[in-house]
Amino acid sequence: MPHLLTIAVSILFDGLAYAMFLFITSVGLSVTMGLMNFVNLAHGAFAMAGGYVVVSLTHSLGIGFVPSLAIASVLVGIASVPFERGLYRRLYKATDLEQVLLTIGLAFMAIATFTFFYGPIPKSVPLPGWLQGDVNLGFRSFPSYRAFLIVLGVVLITILWYGFERTNIGAKIRAAVDNRRMAESVGINVDRLFTLTFALGSGLAALGGGLAIQLFGLTPYFAVLYLVLFLIVVAVGGLGSLKGTLLAALVIGIVDTGGKYMFPQAGNFLIYAITAIVLLFKPAGFYGRE
Amino acid sequence: MAASEIPTASEAARQRAAEFLLHRHHFIWPEALPWLLAIAAFFVFPDRMTIGTQVLIMIMFALSLDLILGYAGIITLGHAAFFGIGAYTVGLGLARLGWSEPISGLIAAGLVAAFAGMIAGWFLLRYRGLTLLMLTIATAAMLQEAGNIRSDFSGGYDGLPGLTFDPLLGLFQYDLYSHTNYIYVLVVLAVVFYFVRRIVYSPFGQALTGIRENVRRMHAIGSPVHRRLVTVYAISAGIAGVAGALFTQTNAYVTLTVFDFDTSAKVMVMLILGGTGRLYGPFLGAAVYMLLEDKLSKMSPTFWQFGIGLMLVLAVLFARRGLLGLADTVWRKLARRGAP
Repeated sequence: MPHLLTIAVSILFDGLAYAMFLFITSVGLSVTMGLMNFVNLAHGAFAMAGGYVVVSLTHSLGIGFVPSLAIASVLVGIASVPFERGLYRRLYKATDLEQVLLTIGLAFMAIATFTFFYGPIPKSVPLPGWLQGDVNLGFRSFPSYRAFLIVLGVVLITILWYGFERTNIGAKIRAAVDNRRMAESVGINVDRLFTLTFALGSGLAALGGGLAIQLFGLTPYFAVLYLVLFLIVVAVGGLGSLKGTLLAALVIGIVDTGGKYMFPQAGNFLIYAITAIVLLFKPAGFYGRE
Repeated sequence: MAASEIPTASEAARQRAAEFLLHRHHFIWPEALPWLLAIAAFFVFPDRMTIGTQVLIMIMFALSLDLILGYAGIITLGHAAFFGIGAYTVGLGLARLGWSEPISGLIAAGLVAAFAGMIAGWFLLRYRGLTLLMLTIATAAMLQEAGNIRSDFSGGYDGLPGLTFDPLLGLFQYDLYSHTNYIYVLVVLAVVFYFVRRIVYSPFGQALTGIRENVRRMHAIGSPVHRRLVTVYAISAGIAGVAGALFTQTNAYVTLTVFDFDTSAKVMVMLILGGTGRLYGPFLGAAVYMLLEDKLSKMSPTFWQFGIGLMLVLAVLFARRGLLGLADTVWRKLARRGAP
């Protein structure tokens, strides 16, 4: 029995850490998709770009891991704005198919570009001492890096929740997700709001990409390999819902971790099965609007 | 309102419209061109028939996607599911049951894939947008994972190697240069194409275009939208299954990579490149893509990937109707300039 409990605690802990990574990376995608109904398959590319910026900053410039994460998310957030202004906005009114094609094209170009500069071999990142090894929580010890992920996740969730629910801009975003035309007619500049959330979402994705290096290693194919996972979190959670994205990230993160502990041969089957079941019963996701 | 109250001017217009509808499905001579080229290729490049066979198979796969994406407007990133089902029907049929007769295997693969398409379509086609997209991706991914879980049965990612099928019709042996394969696939493609062409110009095909253009109006006029979509999805899945079966038969092996996301994305790129909602879009798209890939990906896979990405972006921004659409536009401009 104590053995089972140990496993359960490990699954919960690792699953939670994984869920935080999923949440941080996907939340921006959920909000931008909720705002403009734009199918953005290049989101993973921004995460991947963030990862490589962190690699460059830590290896070439010797900047610490945590400051690099911050710099990478700001840089990628800013760099995403021209893409939104120049390319995405032309297709807001276009069909899903055209949005899918444009963004998948961008993802391919990003993969090729980063392969050209960094090569196809997985990259790693040097961690500061306090993120290596284990941290003792009294009753048992856990890997410090995952503990760091969970703490960071909780902090970000609190900030995002506050920003979304308690600030003026958050209220505008919620209004625009609910009813875009109504929001526009009461004078909310949805266009500018979208650019802002897009930059924020891409910045968070970049942060997620930086955090992922230690978990999975980083190759240019990160952009499409994990994209399906982010899309699953968004679709299962419901477009534009913070709560939904968090719930979906928790479900997917914990179930996937548990599945890999207990049925390692099943691979990702469980994730897809859950996705299919949830979407068949709730096509708009946990908290989405029909 | 009686017909006699309609003014005579529109009577003529009606006549013209009726005329158009009656004749538009008639064969026109430029349609022979791709087939003549395919036959000419057989004689001009006898030593390149291995790639030629794969081009024809991808044309068939893209044609199946065109039916649902181009005509019915169903967006899927999981069409590899049905290609894979077809591929594994003949693969497993031979490896586990010893079913080595190719043509009956081909038909079985088409039926199995069509049946799978019917079941999947019945569930999935109530949904749209991102939900539908995710469900189609999940379908293909689940099949791949299931195959991997039972890799003792499916052969897993190592695949089912060394599949030797009986000679075609008991007469034609497979040769090293794929000459038999090429003709075999070309004949099957012609049959499939004839079938698709009939569908597209039938009232059923018209209804599909209607659903693509305005699904609410189709509901309003009482068209059984869901049933029509499931039907075309099953047909398309069946054709994809036939293409997959040909893939296994001509390569004599099959691995779980046929279910890759890449396979689904690739066939979509081919279709977009050629032009969606056109019968000959898949021909041009698949041929151009496969031949470019054959040349460029050997030179530099990185640049090739960048090229595909750029091509997609440019296609969306400037040529939404693909190469054939672009040719159409240029042709019309030239014709207008040529006219006095």
